[in-house]
Amino acid sequence: MNDLSLHILDIAENSINAGAKNIEIIVDENVENDKLILEINDDGKGMDRETVTKLTDPFFTSRKTRNVGLGIPLLLESANEADGSLTVNSEPGKGTKVWAVLKYSHIDRKPLGNMAETLISLMLFSDKTELFYRHIKNSNVFEFNTKDLKRQLNIGSLKEVKILNGIKNIISHKLSEL
Amino acid sequence: MPKITIADLEKIREDTKRTLNFRLGTCKAKITVHMGTCGIAAGARDILSSVMKEIEERKLMDVIVTNSGCAGLCSKEPMITVEMANEPAPVKYIDMTPAKIKKIFDSHILKNELVKEYALALGSEKTA
Ligand SMILES: Nc1ncnc2c1ncn2[C@@H]1O[C@H](COP(=O)(O)OP(=O)(O)OP(=O)(O)O)[C@@H](O)[C@H]1O
Ligand SMILES: [Mg+2]
Repeated sequence: MNDLSLHILDIAENSINAGAKNIEIIVDENVENDKLILEINDDGKGMDRETVTKLTDPFFTSRKTRNVGLGIPLLLESANEADGSLTVNSEPGKGTKVWAVLKYSHIDRKPLGNMAETLISLMLFSDKTELFYRHIKNSNVFEFNTKDLKRQLNIGSLKEVKILNGIKNIISHKLSEL
Repeated sequence: MPKITIADLEKIREDTKRTLNFRLGTCKAKITVHMGTCGIAAGARDILSSVMKEIEERKLMDVIVTNSGCAGLCSKEPMITVEMANEPAPVKYIDMTPAKIKKIFDSHILKNELVKEYALALGSEKTA
């Protein structure tokens, strides 16, 4: 993956595939403590301990094995490259939390990339999954959720090109002001 | 704290009304962008943006876009699937770039002419 927003898209897609009704995505650019924190929480079907262990085992990562999946091992690799860590907490029937902490100033830390494009890609994936986004930078916060967005627009679905492009522009603009 | 306000959304609200009024429930074309892990790593999100840009700039109200998971051909990603209302079978296009997307709109979507050189050869699904 070229940037972290692509990882977030990939990880949150797992949440959609796990039947999540709500996904919370948090990006915390904590420059003061030299940390970049990414968090993806879902209320999908969850995983048992064995699956989680396999997914986050560096041995499996280095083998790039296909049958245990690729998405989480790739994020683990990106986190490791930036002197960081990855934690996956999951409970069957409850949900999953993926939490990555990277060293903000590390020379090998991938750029955050285009979060607006990642968010509208996720909105296109599913109408039935609500997204809650929170982006913290320099103690400023930008947050929105698709539930309020649909209510404000008075529509049941955001899956229209015009709407998504419009939302993308708004998010880009708000993030540039942080 | 920056928030999305009603004022921010005013323009989208107007556009939405117009689009939904126009749409008659029938669509000429449906484009699916495959966005599994391999697709995303190969640039599928940029391909989705290109497709959305073409639809908006050309004002194609009867073309819809969706995304879905892996198409099972990791080495040929990014891939899209084009379904035309007047064609019997969907067409898969491989190794997409924004320039190729433009060409597919010019010819397949607008003129019903398949772009053979980008299409996945029939029967090759299992060889990758
Ligand atoms: N949020 C989640 N909730 C429940 N199960 C999950 C979640 N994330 C991952 N999994 C499980 O872990 C497996 C591996 O995930 P991973 O993203 O690595 O690969 P994948 O989604 O199966 O395939 P791809 O490589 O195309 O992403 C999934 O198939 C799923 O069973
Ligand atoms: Mg995945």
